Amino acid sequence: MSKPARPFHPTIATANALRSGAVVFRAPDGSWSRDLAAAAIAATPDAAATLLAEAMRDQDACKIVDPVLVEIQLDGAVIRPGSLREAIRAAGPTIAIPTDARA
Amino acid sequence: MYRYDEFDHGFVRARIAEFRDQVARRLSGELTEDEFKPLRLMNGVYLQLHAYMLRIAIPYGMLSSRQLRKLAHIGRAYDRDYGHFTTRQNLQFNWIKLEDMPAILDELAAVEMHAIQTSGNCIRNVTADHFAGAAADEVADPRPYAEILRQWSSLHPEFSFLPRKFKLAVTGAPNDRAAIQVHDIGLEVKRNEAGALGFAVWVGGGQGRTPMIAKKLRDFLPEKDLLAYCETILRVYNLEGRRDNKYKARIKILVHEMGEAKITQAVEAEFAQLSGTSLTLPAADVARIAAYFAPPDFATLPAISDSYEAAKRNDRAFARFAARNVHPHKIPGYGIVTISLKPIGAPPGDASAAQMEAIADLAERYSFDEIRVSHEQNLVLAHVRLDDVPAVHAGLERAGLATPNAGLVTDIIACPGMDYCSLATARSIPIAQRLSERFADLDRQHDVGDLKIKISGCINACGHHHVGHIGILGVDRRGEEFYQLTLGGSGDENCSIGEIVGRGFSSAKIVDAVETVVETYLGVRTSPAETFLQAYRRVGEAPFRDSLYVRADAD
Repeated sequence: MSKPARPFHPTIATANALRSGAVVFRAPDGSWSRDLAAAAIAATPDAAATLLAEAMRDQDACKIVDPVLVEIQLDGAVIRPGSLREAIRAAGPTIAIPTDARA
Repeated sequence: MYRYDEFDHGFVRARIAEFRDQVARRLSGELTEDEFKPLRLMNGVYLQLHAYMLRIAIPYGMLSSRQLRKLAHIGRAYDRDYGHFTTRQNLQFNWIKLEDMPAILDELAAVEMHAIQTSGNCIRNVTADHFAGAAADEVADPRPYAEILRQWSSLHPEFSFLPRKFKLAVTGAPNDRAAIQVHDIGLEVKRNEAGALGFAVWVGGGQGRTPMIAKKLRDFLPEKDLLAYCETILRVYNLEGRRDNKYKARIKILVHEMGEAKITQAVEAEFAQLSGTSLTLPAADVARIAAYFAPPDFATLPAISDSYEAAKRNDRAFARFAARNVHPHKIPGYGIVTISLKPIGAPPGDASAAQMEAIADLAERYSFDEIRVSHEQNLVLAHVRLDDVPAVHAGLERAGLATPNAGLVTDIIACPGMDYCSLATARSIPIAQRLSERFADLDRQHDVGDLKIKISGCINACGHHHVGHIGILGVDRRGEEFYQLTLGGSGDENCSIGEIVGRGFSSAKIVDAVETVVETYLGVRTSPAETFLQAYRRVGEAPFRDSLYVRADAD
């Protein structure tokens, strides 16, 4: 007996910018934003497939590296990362970064 | 310390020119990521969670003040004003732009540094005892041999595409501070009964998902055969090591699958072919390299420093620092000062650019202009007059670096974990920070005594958890961070792999669990002189398991 299909969750496309390596999210206008809130949301499997295809084209065009689709949670209109790893990618390390002010 | 000759300068410059061209071709689209990735890895460039990471080689953990100042400058100019010292005596910058890499490599080359072979399936940066040339228990300085191995292994054409990465470590003292038994090849410099120098050769150790303690293939290899024997081991591994499964491709698996007798036979048979060839080390070349590591111009001093002893009597903070962070030196009147990069609550191994500069200044003034990086993510001033230790301590205090916790429960090794690393399955640094804060009380730390906690954020074990007296491995369990506890590991000359004593703990409970282990130790030790590891080896896991699980379940 095959396993029941996993329910689809809203999805976004994310990658790292080629030049800087910064975490970026694909926006509805086709640009790549550092801001998770600006991400284009795919609400259906077909929309997700289109989003990934567009992201792969951007990789071929040397804008970004390693594009992937990741699930998110929607809190009203607010995008919440679907995993701790994605939360850290979106917001940065969960620890304080050393500063010269300490020295 | 070693200075580049024309050959070194030439090959580093040529490599930068090559990588500059590769980066340009990547940015223009001429190279795809799949094509570029192995090229960038050969130059120490990773793509991590937030940015590119550059891992810079610090051969056998040795830096000049000028080099450390350059690292501080790179941190300021190209990163976020700090760097991270790693468990392989390297330095990582976490926020580097790909387009800046060639310029950074130029900056490094100007101070005789590079990032070659800090990644990829090749012979990695050779590590050594961070007290080399200074320790009172040293038989011979391991650094000349580490440098000879560095030169031999750099861009070695036969060993640039090994089945997996390959790590060498060298110690010159019977008390192993370089963890040689958990390296692919571990070398202990020693003397035979006739007084000649040579090496005990350990092969096939490692951590990762399959921890193994190395086998001793030779108890005494004559000095002249160092390269021929290492070449032999690499050749056998390169030919026979598995390439079908990356998780079984390290030499430790080959040694395990062949067995000690067969691997010894294979190595000795190959060695018979290579012995006496051009790989035999000429004594003149060994002497030429050793001259770079000649002892500095030590003064003749009384063994006891009145000012040092007075400072210990009059200043409790200094007395604590002296008790934990100053180690015996082979020369009377000198000490080895450990600079803890583990201030309470801070990420292990991180140093800001200003701190690096402060340390460089102290090294220049008080320690013959050199700094060591330890595999325990601390820095070391190897040759400080005891008379000067109070001034060094004061300088470290001003830089926020005088934490008197070397070797204590808060001197924690932790990998970058999921806060930075794309391979991690859980965070490491926040656990280290919480443990550090829990055990912050110095009276308690000094009462607990020697205790090494090591934390890895995934099975690859960069945080050395397998050889932690208390080891912590972070895993993902159904989307939640979960931490497995191991006890009784050790990376020294009495090497052991830690044992899992029971089920793991949630992020919320792991710090309590470690505290339970520590309290259990305090309850079972025969006296404060019996360390955690000694007590664990005497009583076994039962009392710890009982307090962690049986009593906890009953409550």
